[in-house]
Amino acid sequence: MNNETIPIQPTYYEEVQRKGYSRRDFVKFVSLMTAFIGLDQSAIGQVAKALEAKPRMPVIWLHFQECTCCSESFIRSSHPIVADILLDKISLDYSETLMAASGTQAEAALKNTMTKYKGQYILCVEGSVPMGADGVYCMIGGKTSLQILNEVSEGAAAIIAWGSCASNGCVQAAKPNPTGATPIHKIITNKPIIKVPGCPPIGEVMAGVIVHYLTFGVIPELDRLGRPKAFYNKRVHDTCYRRPFYDAGLFVESFDDENAKKGYCLYKVGCKGPTTYNACAVTKWNGGTSFPIQAGHPCIGCSEENFWDNGRLYERGSSFAGFGIEADADKLGEVALGLTISAIAVHAVATNFGKGKTIHEHQAEGNESEHELES
Amino acid sequence: MSKRIVVDPITRIEGHLRIEADIENGKIKDAYSSGTMVRLLEEILQGRDPRDAWAFVGRVCGVCTSIHSLTSVRCVEDALDITIPPNAELVRNIMFCTQYMHDHVVHFYHLHAMDWVDVVNALKADPKKTSELAQSISHWPKSSAGYFSDIQTRIKKFVASGQLGIFSNGYWGHKAYKLPAEVNLIGLAHYLEALEWQKEIVKVHAIFGGKNPHPNYLVGGMACAINLDDVSMINAERLAYVGQLLQDGKDFIEQVYIPDLMTIASFYKDWGAIGGGLGNYMVYGDLPTNGYRDTSAYKFPGGAILNKDLSKIYDVDLRKDDEVQEFISHSWYEYTGGNDDGLHPWKGESKVKYSGPKPPFDHLDTDHKYSYLKTPRWKGNAMEVGPLARILVGYGRGRPEFKEVVDKALKDLDVPITALFSTLGRTAARGLETGLTAQWGLDFFNKLLANIKAGDTRMAEMSKFDPATWPKSAFGVGHTEAPRGALAHWINIQDQKIANYQLVVPTTWNASPRDSKGGLSAYEAALIGTPVADESQPLEILRTIHSFDPCMACAVHLYDENGNTINRVSVLGD
Repeated sequence: MNNETIPIQPTYYEEVQRKGYSRRDFVKFVSLMTAFIGLDQSAIGQVAKALEAKPRMPVIWLHFQECTCCSESFIRSSHPIVADILLDKISLDYSETLMAASGTQAEAALKNTMTKYKGQYILCVEGSVPMGADGVYCMIGGKTSLQILNEVSEGAAAIIAWGSCASNGCVQAAKPNPTGATPIHKIITNKPIIKVPGCPPIGEVMAGVIVHYLTFGVIPELDRLGRPKAFYNKRVHDTCYRRPFYDAGLFVESFDDENAKKGYCLYKVGCKGPTTYNACAVTKWNGGTSFPIQAGHPCIGCSEENFWDNGRLYERGSSFAGFGIEADADKLGEVALGLTISAIAVHAVATNFGKGKTIHEHQAEGNESEHELES
Repeated sequence: MSKRIVVDPITRIEGHLRIEADIENGKIKDAYSSGTMVRLLEEILQGRDPRDAWAFVGRVCGVCTSIHSLTSVRCVEDALDITIPPNAELVRNIMFCTQYMHDHVVHFYHLHAMDWVDVVNALKADPKKTSELAQSISHWPKSSAGYFSDIQTRIKKFVASGQLGIFSNGYWGHKAYKLPAEVNLIGLAHYLEALEWQKEIVKVHAIFGGKNPHPNYLVGGMACAINLDDVSMINAERLAYVGQLLQDGKDFIEQVYIPDLMTIASFYKDWGAIGGGLGNYMVYGDLPTNGYRDTSAYKFPGGAILNKDLSKIYDVDLRKDDEVQEFISHSWYEYTGGNDDGLHPWKGESKVKYSGPKPPFDHLDTDHKYSYLKTPRWKGNAMEVGPLARILVGYGRGRPEFKEVVDKALKDLDVPITALFSTLGRTAARGLETGLTAQWGLDFFNKLLANIKAGDTRMAEMSKFDPATWPKSAFGVGHTEAPRGALAHWINIQDQKIANYQLVVPTTWNASPRDSKGGLSAYEAALIGTPVADESQPLEILRTIHSFDPCMACAVHLYDENGNTINRVSVLGD
């Protein structure tokens, strides 16, 4: 299922050639087309070029049980910017958030792409599918989300499950999951599914998944859980700039305390970085501006399965698997975060006492240098 | 004989909304608004840690992201009697203002503009004339003939490719589009510019809250500690970044959004008499300048208006049993007290029960229950909430900042004040308040700098963070003004856990089904009388519905099934 190539249809010009028409016939057709769509003659060259170029990848984007944070995050991408994706890279043929048409015209656009590009379009899904009460907890155009998903996924080349809702159910699937919110891979089992978890996922990561496919012609390499390795193969903890403080046993004890003002590790106030696979500490958010830990709040683990039920936000995880950065998701599997009432993990205190001392010594040295400069 | 038409999905909104309308003689005679998705978050919150609630309810909506989280921390702080430090209030206010700036600009260009701007017609514009026009309405530097010509070339190529993407099947060429080609081209150019701009202003959320959408909040204040002597804290570099973003955002709003809004509005003055609807407006108020509990010092004053009478502004009390109530006579829920009961959120008890047609279906049974939205009422009245309500209450309260912008806009457009009670008024009000929040955001930022300069760097009040310090039982209300209108959460904490958590959300006020007396809510009322030139292309319906900026994911929710009845309310700040 990794590195699948998805067929892209020939360009108009290739199709014309295949059918035995000459270049001259093609140009004639272009002139007619140009007049037909109401452009003046000067645009003929552009139209010909457009018809010779590769068609943009058709994309259908469905919304089910969600809050639209994934669409919002997608338009936050800074490289590439979304206007370029929409105008140059993909053809977003159905998106309830952005499309001009509503009602029957919107449904016609959906049908058109499903028919014309059967087996070739990418299906993006934002949101989970409620399976309870025969699916009536989410209905669009008089159909349930389950009916729509089954219909639209049939002709899809691949499915991208945006965000935690589509990847693992997210907030509506938190206990007791009253609507039976279900992620996409549990319903559709005969298609390649790329999971891009996070609440929401980082905008550049979303754009990156699409661009990877368009640039290299294959879907990105996925890990055991179906996530693109490029963005989900390292733990936030292992890539965090505050990691040295963890190793040194220097922790924030309470928000806004002296240690918080020094930027110490947030593990003791509930950081889920040690059990969370995501690109936050590397790619960062909003064009590399910051990420939750940098802004002083513990990671809540929003890209992990069942993160809403993996212990409370401000409660420390009791234990997690080994610490080498080589420990990737494939080796670790799903790590459950237990709840703890014990004191700080022995690991941190015992092995890092020395490092803590070293850091304090360095700080003292720095202070001395400052005094020397002042005097 | 009237004809029933259905518009589902309504696109360019948040979530899932269905409108059924009866058309007679080219006008809407009756309309039904239905929310068709539900997630039952209130049930999921039960038994959880109140300090975690902001993260859960933040996920109610990713478009008005942060606003539910803000309401939630306020709700818990109210219950536990926590007063947050002034800096935290200022940071929350700055985030609130940037949320408005972002949300309203995205709404105008990406969710609403295509109701007024004919994208395909923009290809016929003369770039030189477009440039002259653009320079006559604004100082915005991107306005050369070459710039507009490039945009046009790009879109022509896009159209010529035959793959129209998001523009497929739009109502292009519909006779209700009235803008000259040059104005359409400006609209199209700014559609693309705004798409690029919007990702910048939210960086303010990333700096203070770590990310956007869904920045992090904290009961007791904010988690972003200030330390001018540390590279990774809120320091001079971070603050300079915020200042820059706020200034750039204000420039865009003043030089692009508002001039575009006024120019486009000048061609659609007839919409100043369409889509008014209820004439009742309600605001809870927000942007504290003297602490959250001093509601008199809010930048957005609260209050209610009945029957368009701006001379009398009523006070709204969220704790009173007989003011805010929710009804379910046309909603897919059950009350033990019966179908016609109206319950204050603190007494809420109901159960979701779908009784509509079995999907796939063509029509809802609008004579009975037809929506997952409940029907909220204020003292029995249907109320409209949102930008128009805020502008009218500010105006009615005689606030100079509101009077100034409203009077100027009315003068520039040469329309009477009654034009505000309309689809056009709603869309204009959104722009006017965005202008206000752009300035206020900078004011709050400067106040934050002054505080830090004076030596106050506190950002969180943690003395009551530990559940061991809490009373056995506590009740709270948190309220705000979401971009889409008045929003409040009610919490009941028992033994350190959430026993009951309820939200009454702006779109629930606006988009709800009718009440047991047949009284319409804002969407349905606003649609009545709207002209529909072509039944197969319901452009006019979209104009009025989009003017409210629907947010359906917010609007549906469920009460505590066990229905805790609350008899005692702790009143704060009275």
